[in-house]
Amino acid sequence: MSDTQRYQLTQDHRELVESWGMNRRTVSYVFRPTTAEQIADVFTLAKSTGRTIALRGAGCSYGDASLNAEQIVLDLSRMNRILEWDPDSGVITVEPGATIRNLWLYIIEDGWWPPVVSGTSFVTLGGALGMNIHGKNNFKAGPIGDHVLAFDILLPTGKVKHCSRDENGELFHAAIGGFGMLGIFTRITLQMKRVYSGLLRVNAFSTTGFAEINAALEEHRAQSDYMVGWIDAFSTGKSFANALVHTANYLAPGEDLNPAQTLRVVNQEISPTIMGIVPRSLLGKLLQPFNTNPGMRLINLAKSIQASVTESGHTILQPHAQFAFLLDYVPDWKFAYKPGGLIQFQSFVPFDQSERVFTRQIELSQKLGIIPFLGVYKRHKPDDFLMTHAVDGHSFALDYPYTDQNKAGLSFLVQQMARLVVDAGGRFYYAKDSLLPADLARAGMGEERIARFAAIKSECDPERILRSDLSRRIYDGFAG
Amino acid sequence: MRGIIKSMKLDQKKVIVVGASSGIGASIARALGAKNCSIGLVARREELMHGIADEINTRAGRTIAQTYVGDVTHFDEAEPLLDRIAGDMGGVDVLIYVSGIMPAVQFHEYSFDKDRAMIEVNLLGAMAWINAAAKRFETARAGAIVGISSIAGDRGRGSMPGYITSKAALDAYLESIRNRISRYGVQVTTIKPGYVATDLLGGAKTPLKAISPDEAAAAIVSAIEEGAQVRYVPGFWRWIGMAVKLAPSFVMQRVKF
Repeated sequence: MSDTQRYQLTQDHRELVESWGMNRRTVSYVFRPTTAEQIADVFTLAKSTGRTIALRGAGCSYGDASLNAEQIVLDLSRMNRILEWDPDSGVITVEPGATIRNLWLYIIEDGWWPPVVSGTSFVTLGGALGMNIHGKNNFKAGPIGDHVLAFDILLPTGKVKHCSRDENGELFHAAIGGFGMLGIFTRITLQMKRVYSGLLRVNAFSTTGFAEINAALEEHRAQSDYMVGWIDAFSTGKSFANALVHTANYLAPGEDLNPAQTLRVVNQEISPTIMGIVPRSLLGKLLQPFNTNPGMRLINLAKSIQASVTESGHTILQPHAQFAFLLDYVPDWKFAYKPGGLIQFQSFVPFDQSERVFTRQIELSQKLGIIPFLGVYKRHKPDDFLMTHAVDGHSFALDYPYTDQNKAGLSFLVQQMARLVVDAGGRFYYAKDSLLPADLARAGMGEERIARFAAIKSECDPERILRSDLSRRIYDGFAG
Repeated sequence: MRGIIKSMKLDQKKVIVVGASSGIGASIARALGAKNCSIGLVARREELMHGIADEINTRAGRTIAQTYVGDVTHFDEAEPLLDRIAGDMGGVDVLIYVSGIMPAVQFHEYSFDKDRAMIEVNLLGAMAWINAAAKRFETARAGAIVGISSIAGDRGRGSMPGYITSKAALDAYLESIRNRISRYGVQVTTIKPGYVATDLLGGAKTPLKAISPDEAAAAIVSAIEEGAQVRYVPGFWRWIGMAVKLAPSFVMQRVKF
């Protein structure tokens, strides 16, 4: 686009913009700038037409965090350059549209790995900071924000602010986790983690019930680098909350005799077929017939039998990418949830309340007959970001199919489960949320933090141009 | 008749009703209010429309219905107004075009003015609004378009050539749009009411009992939720429509209905 051209709200910019969970589809004016000047142009356009702007990266939020129905969506995925990389210090500077995949592919052969990654590598770093993502090592490594050294943020007022813990510290701690409401990260500098092998030592075992998994995670906490539990929400009675737990560790220097080889990208990635025959890209379609409760119960059962017979107690060596991004190697698995889509309900509950709250969440789901197909359990520690979702405790992430038939019941269920979380002093996570009503979402955050965030917002974005369907849902009500 | 589109629930959907100030349109708006829809009401007659919106909002206990003054014969205004309402509601899921006129035409009367007025309101207004909605729904890969046609469109009867032409053309237009965009997951429903006791009928004596606008609205809401392509309201008119279509011309030339 030439210097003289300006963005316009024309029909050719109108696009379908869908939440990652496919539970909400909207039409918006989408712009994909590649320079700061073009971003400024979009802000000029928004101001002159009275529209709001939502920021979007890879669109991996389950719900409405990067949607802005009938308004402007600023898609930053084309600003994806790696600007600086120092393989001696492990410090990297990227543009906001660079993905975690771009990042790890670039650094691993130098012996580095991103210190915090999400379950998919397709997220952008801008989005990762906006949501302050965490991984299976949150109990030890904290959220990604803990590894950000500095960033430049372009505010809707046109100002660019350089932020670090020492410089503009308040904005630093509000913009990370600020769900795109304060400005656009244009340069992000992160500290990577040194690794001495391309492999992790992964250990698997089974547990039953939340008391048992909580005890197991405490036992393994000090000596593990990663911990995650896969909980079967279909199990009842004696096997209630059957779980397969994975713990993993980095290898110490010298343990891997040929790190140069295991760190090669080609040895990180998984083969495109299962057992050399079934293309992984078909798995989503193959699973679609099982997208019913009895079908999924069988799959979960098979998984837990497999866990107790072949995997439990075993230790394997697994490449970082395969351990971290397993679902990326099942392309389009979410299409198994078509046509309605899915939602995730993830809540974060303090340590001494988690057994009670999460037990009750599964009981409620089973009672209503709306049972999550996947339940992921993690240990967390608090952090010092303003709009944080972490607590000193556990999180439980539940994937539910979302259909025309179940959505009224699902909304009811989500409210019941969220009420338990709020009463226990727990929190919610905007990257996952689709259905929380404003009062419960706000109660999870606490009015004091909301007021502090609103004060920073009014300085950075006095005209309130940065909005999203999520911000309207939680902070303005639907009419806003 | 049902198509390839799956059924949907209208509850809490965002719906625009064009021609919402009286008759079937007003009743549809009220029925949608009972389903907690967000409703954009469009009509010329502001005061009547306000009354209906107030009634819906009072019953809901919050503002779910908003009014927009618009004349369907100002064809250029359809798309901008649709965009404006969509902006206010945060999207549109369903467009229902109800606007229709049927001025009294005597059996020996040939009035081009009346014919043109019917074509403009019943057909061209519908095309302006539905084209705009179709473009938007095609992009969204979702949505429903509902056109209120009439049993009158089934046969060229002698009694009211202009009205019949407008509705027959509307039937053909809706069918074409359906065949064009159902592949994108967009539902297009043609509603063909028989006698409904509205101002359009003007209290005229009907050979068959006229149903109330509320009864018609309930049947229309069901038709939309069931994903119907063409729905006679009430259902038995389907058989009358079939009989009228099959009747030989020498019969049609001898009757005066």
